[in-house]
Amino acid sequence: MRSTTSRILRGIALVSTLTLGVTACGGSDDGSDTKAVSAGDIQAALDKGGDITVWAWEPTLKTVAADFQKKYPKVKVNLVSERSGDKHYTALSNAISAGKGVPDVAQVEYFALGQYSLTKGLADLAPYGASKLASKYTPGPWNAVNDGDKVYGLPMDSGPMALFYNKTVFDKYKIAVPTTWDEYLNAARKLHKADPKAYITSDLGDAGLTTSLLWQAGSRPYKVDGTKLGVNFDDAGAKKFETVWQQLISEKLLAPVNGWTDDWYKGLGDGTIATLATGAWMPANFVSGVPNAKGQWRAAAMPAWTKGDKASAENGGSSLAVPALAKNKELAYAFTEYANAGAGVATRIGEGAFPATKAELESAAFQSKKFDYFDGQEANKIFAESAANVASDWSYLPFQPYANSIFNDTVGKAYVSSTKLADGLKSWQDASVKYGQEQGFTIEK
Amino acid sequence: MTTLQPPVAAEPRPAPPPARRDRRSWTGWGFIGPFVLVFALVFLAPIAYSVYLSLFRDQLIGGNQFVGLDNYTRALQDDAFWSALGRVAVFLAVQVPIMLGIALLVALALDSGRLYGKGFFRITIFLPYAVPAVVATLMWGFMYGTKYGLVGDINSAFGVSLPDLLSPGWVLASIGNIVTWEFVGYNMLIFYSALRVVPTSLYEAAEIDGAGQWRIISSIKLPAIRGALVIATIFSIIGSFQLFNEPSILRPLALNSITTDYTPNFYTYSLSFNGQQHNYSATVALIMGVITMIVAYAVQLRGMRKGA
Repeated sequence: MRSTTSRILRGIALVSTLTLGVTACGGSDDGSDTKAVSAGDIQAALDKGGDITVWAWEPTLKTVAADFQKKYPKVKVNLVSERSGDKHYTALSNAISAGKGVPDVAQVEYFALGQYSLTKGLADLAPYGASKLASKYTPGPWNAVNDGDKVYGLPMDSGPMALFYNKTVFDKYKIAVPTTWDEYLNAARKLHKADPKAYITSDLGDAGLTTSLLWQAGSRPYKVDGTKLGVNFDDAGAKKFETVWQQLISEKLLAPVNGWTDDWYKGLGDGTIATLATGAWMPANFVSGVPNAKGQWRAAAMPAWTKGDKASAENGGSSLAVPALAKNKELAYAFTEYANAGAGVATRIGEGAFPATKAELESAAFQSKKFDYFDGQEANKIFAESAANVASDWSYLPFQPYANSIFNDTVGKAYVSSTKLADGLKSWQDASVKYGQEQGFTIEK
Repeated sequence: MTTLQPPVAAEPRPAPPPARRDRRSWTGWGFIGPFVLVFALVFLAPIAYSVYLSLFRDQLIGGNQFVGLDNYTRALQDDAFWSALGRVAVFLAVQVPIMLGIALLVALALDSGRLYGKGFFRITIFLPYAVPAVVATLMWGFMYGTKYGLVGDINSAFGVSLPDLLSPGWVLASIGNIVTWEFVGYNMLIFYSALRVVPTSLYEAAEIDGAGQWRIISSIKLPAIRGALVIATIFSIIGSFQLFNEPSILRPLALNSITTDYTPNFYTYSLSFNGQQHNYSATVALIMGVITMIVAYAVQLRGMRKGA
């Protein structure tokens, strides 16, 4: 009996070692090529035709893809747009590490580009001619997509911040539109006192908003230099942000509603969420998500952290990138260039996207466009000014998507317990540093 | 007879026995082969692969390298992991007795034969188990909501202020409530079917001896279903340690209360899918598997020893 069991065990060990060998063999080969691709090569690929898969949730790409197929009838663009945010990046990372099912083109937000370029998940587009497009884009987005002489994506849109506010609510309670964050805090108190159901804005802890506000306040928590990085939320800019936001939290002046949920749209529509500080790509979302509040909302410049300071920041904005494992890189690049530097740009702006290209931003037609939703306001003037005032030198972590995923574990505590916002940011910092160390970065104080 | 054999044949005689023994062992393999193959492929290979993964570390800088048992020492010192384990242990200690107690009570009530509409009662109690965990959690999540949910409605209708069931202090209890609601019916069915096989002659004998209902329960019914109780307890222990669905579905509604390392399983999920730390995630999963096995085995040993 004893010997049989041991024989069976030995057999099992053998079989499992064998299967292990098989499963462990799934290596991947890096398909990066560095040789230049001429415009002729790309044209030839377009003439030959083929299928490309595009993973992007940007709604205006639907029309762009249709136009592209009309122009190049042999190319079939397969647009997959169900996923966005975390789910999108999870799927993309999984596909890249599995080496299978990788899309030819993927939408990647600026804050996430670093993670994919660092792990060589994205193809360098410079050999395809992308570096020649540098002068087309505003500096903010272009800085986000290029790293030295490598270009990891083409800017699709940008998100210079603005303060959207519900004018009807502000008029009703005779509150002036805040020009500084201190005024904003007072407006929040006045509004909530006048109507206990109404809040100045909604926030339950949002990494994107927090980093953008820190950016605007002049804080530069992330220092990234190749494989060296530093995280530090203890600077003057962060102090300004903490002071105002801590009071908003402690005095319960923020609606406890998550962004992009049904409750949130409802709040934006019924006046219980009175302002929204976000990127200039928001108007299209107002039109589709909050149709019943048409005419009530307006855009204004961001409140300043110090009176008279014009500094602005970016919130969101994405690029189209070509994964290194994409099967048809010539076609993928052709589509990316068409959508983000070619005829696609005009189409997308026509549908409400906010451009990252200089020519469009500066054009008179763009600036004088009247927004029906904002009751005829020429909001692009405000957005364009904000774009020009975006403070420089900001950088995200090369693993920002991960850092954002643990934001609510750390900073989120400040929203639901007696933890101070400053302590929350400190524990976010510690967790980010710890992850950075685990990933082999050299941490600088 | 021996003289008939050619003399040369005597020499190679010692060889055949090992060959025959070999053949015998291969026949056995032939029978269990198909099973072993499937077993190895779907049970052992994933475990072996996890063990293999747990010995490496794949970093953004430096790539994939063999690190021996580093991941294990890291896990043993990982506060996030131990606090997650502590949380499910508390959950186990509080929720499982409540759930099994209710299930036992309901099973005994059904078995007593004194209920009207027994079939209806039984199916109603069992029904929540048929509701997928995802749906159940979403449903309860909406009820817990203080803004637009049932709690919010009660608050505004009666002018009271119920505690926020999705706040950090309450959310574990709220999850416990969902799990209890889901699994009382399932455990009730295990107990009830165990009770049904107790021979009725025992009850008649007890009645003749003058035993009351309580005495019948404590002296006949409970000892008779000991096996079922142990099995249900073990299932519940495993279920508690593997808690994942409820916190992960509830998280969007309670972003700041349910952390990404709320339970060990949720932690491994976050490590893998947010942090791309597949190797460390595999390590945590393996350690958690071993801990679950130890606890479940200890309960089984203890439960069975008393019965013997």
